Amino acid sequence: MTTAPTPENVLTDHHDGDHHDGDHHDVHPIRKTAMWVFLGSECVFFGAMIATFFLYRTEFGDGPTAEEIFNIPFTSASSFVLLMSSLTMVLAHNAFDHKDLRKARVWLAATALLGATFLSGQIFEFVEFVHEGLTVHSSPFGSAFYMLTSFHGAHVLIGVILLATMFVLSLSGRLYADRGLNIELVGLYWHFVDIVWIVIFTIVYLLQV
Amino acid sequence: MEATVEAPVVEPYMGPRGIWGWLTTVDHKRIGLLYGVSALVFFVIGGIEALLIRLQLAGPDLEVLSAEAYNQLFTMHGLTMVFLVIMPIAAAFTNYFLPIMLGARDVAFPRLNAFSYWLFLGSGIFIYSSFFLGGAPDGAWVGYAPLSTQLVEVVRIDFWIIGLQLLGIASIVSSANFIATAFTMRAPGMSMLRMPVFAWMALVVAFLLIFSIPAVSIGLFQMFLDRNLGTLFYAAEAGGDPLLWQHLFWIFGHPEVYVLILPAMGIVSEILPVFSRKPLFGYPFIVFSGAAIGFVGFGVWSHHMFTSGMGPVAEAGFGIATMVIAVPTGVKIFNWLGTVWGGRVRLQAPMLYSLAFIAMFVIGGLSGVTHAIIPADTQQHDTYYVVAHFHYVLFGGAVFGYVAGVYYWFPKWTGKMLSEGIGKLQFWLMLVGFNLTFGPMHILGLNGMPRRTYRYGEGLGWDFWNLMATTGAFLIAFSVLIFIYNIVKSRRSGIPAGDDPWDGRTLEWTISSPPPVHNFDEVPVVRSLDDFWHRKYSEDEDGRPVVIAEIEEGMGADGGEEVQIENIHMPSPSYYPVLTSAGLVCAGFGFAYLGLGGWIVVGTGILIAMWGFFGWSLEPVTREH
Repeated sequence: MTTAPTPENVLTDHHDGDHHDGDHHDVHPIRKTAMWVFLGSECVFFGAMIATFFLYRTEFGDGPTAEEIFNIPFTSASSFVLLMSSLTMVLAHNAFDHKDLRKARVWLAATALLGATFLSGQIFEFVEFVHEGLTVHSSPFGSAFYMLTSFHGAHVLIGVILLATMFVLSLSGRLYADRGLNIELVGLYWHFVDIVWIVIFTIVYLLQV
Repeated sequence: MEATVEAPVVEPYMGPRGIWGWLTTVDHKRIGLLYGVSALVFFVIGGIEALLIRLQLAGPDLEVLSAEAYNQLFTMHGLTMVFLVIMPIAAAFTNYFLPIMLGARDVAFPRLNAFSYWLFLGSGIFIYSSFFLGGAPDGAWVGYAPLSTQLVEVVRIDFWIIGLQLLGIASIVSSANFIATAFTMRAPGMSMLRMPVFAWMALVVAFLLIFSIPAVSIGLFQMFLDRNLGTLFYAAEAGGDPLLWQHLFWIFGHPEVYVLILPAMGIVSEILPVFSRKPLFGYPFIVFSGAAIGFVGFGVWSHHMFTSGMGPVAEAGFGIATMVIAVPTGVKIFNWLGTVWGGRVRLQAPMLYSLAFIAMFVIGGLSGVTHAIIPADTQQHDTYYVVAHFHYVLFGGAVFGYVAGVYYWFPKWTGKMLSEGIGKLQFWLMLVGFNLTFGPMHILGLNGMPRRTYRYGEGLGWDFWNLMATTGAFLIAFSVLIFIYNIVKSRRSGIPAGDDPWDGRTLEWTISSPPPVHNFDEVPVVRSLDDFWHRKYSEDEDGRPVVIAEIEEGMGADGGEEVQIENIHMPSPSYYPVLTSAGLVCAGFGFAYLGLGGWIVVGTGILIAMWGFFGWSLEPVTREH
């Protein structure tokens, strides 16, 4: 990243701003640099919410406590689904790198479906919790829990939309490595969302019961 | 070396001219100018607010403004000056000069850059629209809970929350853009430690924003949810903790202070060597001090909260950290003095402003260190002493630095010099007016005059100094008017500047004024710090500069490595950035009126933003025409 580019590749490869050639995507990782910076910023977003959750983790008020409502086996299963989607994402990226568009398409679809499965599990869980009396109004614990988990859920949703878009693009062969929406960047984002879930699952669920 | 190699540059398709051209531009220089002009307009608006505040406070028991109007005006004054004036003027300089100083043809993501600008402008208009929709935010720029979570039926605080949220997105996006630019777009030979100090400070600021804005964003989310969805984050009666807001706000708010001042320090570090005709004294020290300020800046936020009862351990820790951060700042001051020391100083307007920057910033810095002494801080908390302190660093510091930058780089932007005579007059008026306004506030604060209070009674001993401050404020306003007149007049009929009017040291002075769209006909090859200077001068035994007889032209055309460029591809204009930000601002209006069916507006806005986002992700960067 910090090695000075030589005149040759500056002039042939990245003299024109945010364009760079798909075949040399490791030479000047302009987009990837920005993506990493953005993910660094995301760490603070999640960090601030996790800190809030820590502050309120026992402020149950009149609402149910964590131990009363959490269903660890269920959430473990949906966490497993989400982690497996990271595997399928890697496979999709790998297939794309080997120019196997058909396989990449299959793995992209699998990743999107696993993400959607996790999301439906989260919706199911939220409905259950509300029935048991945990709402955003019931206690600061409830407010912090719903904010953190639904903020993460929104990230998964955005990821699923991006994956679905790439799947649709791949049907007409319009999947390029040199566009803003490319498989490597979506992959980075997706893995980040998965890793954050490991932290959230540990802190919000496992440490609370 | 022969004369310049005629590079076969094909003019790329740069889109329509006129208003549509400005709306769709992705040229970093045009975007920089847009930022600059917008900041100047907001500076005038924020200044008028300040004048109204000062009129109300000119004497005891005046009734120029109602308490309600006063609250709105001081809130909007702070909000405007921080987010709509100083940050965008810094963004203006960064946009214009970061790529050029690094020898690049544009920023890493030109369309993202345009998006940041339009979102900033949209957010500014959004916040100001509240004046016509029932009243502007009135909870101070810090918007402490639970004051700001009460009165949910009045939407003015929502305008503040949503406006800041949108500005945060704009800042994060542009920071990621600048970081990618500094890391990946440098010209050959431009190693990190050959980057001009201004580029370094822009990089540090980008990192500060990337890691600090999320904290306040989450706090703002929580506040918005408390107001609109009935969550309990800041509801003390239900077990929530209003202090959480103060922490989240100041984890952002203190690094933000350095966001405002570091680019000005960078500008001054560019100007002092040029006008002293000496290299910057201790370049690595200045760079690493800037980085150190960035790091330590994340560990001092609670000195804004010494009266909140955090306990002696936390207070001692933050007090010590606050003293520590004065060290790298002091290092910079001595480096600047060392730069000027023994130089052949030219006291022109940019230099005058830079020297005043150092002096005023030292005063503000010293009154700042007094806040590290907790008993004294407890006494001064929320008094005019604090107002005096931060105006010395943000006006006497930051604004003086940026005005210095305008005098220094105006020739590069327009090809014309700003009038030096008017500039000197304007400088002295500004300096006297500034000290007359904010100097007395130290005394007022030490005598117990509280901030954010719309009037004061007779016989408290505050009358005289308040009248002085108001007089000074009008002197500043007069000086700003002269400044604007100078800009307008010199742009039309100023003395032509040429490429290098100040005998500069950095790459922007190697190209024409104003620069061509693609900046450099040939990408420069950089061999040392202050490369351009060393191409013009060598040194005699006493270290004095000696003109090199034959100045090479064409920085890249260098024996053996001659480069031919077939075609310089510049990114094409795009209307997607402005569309995307319009969608987000539209969604913002919906969020402010959720109770009144705002969801429909939110949905429409998000759909527009997604249309823009996908359109932009899928369009090729450079279109053929």
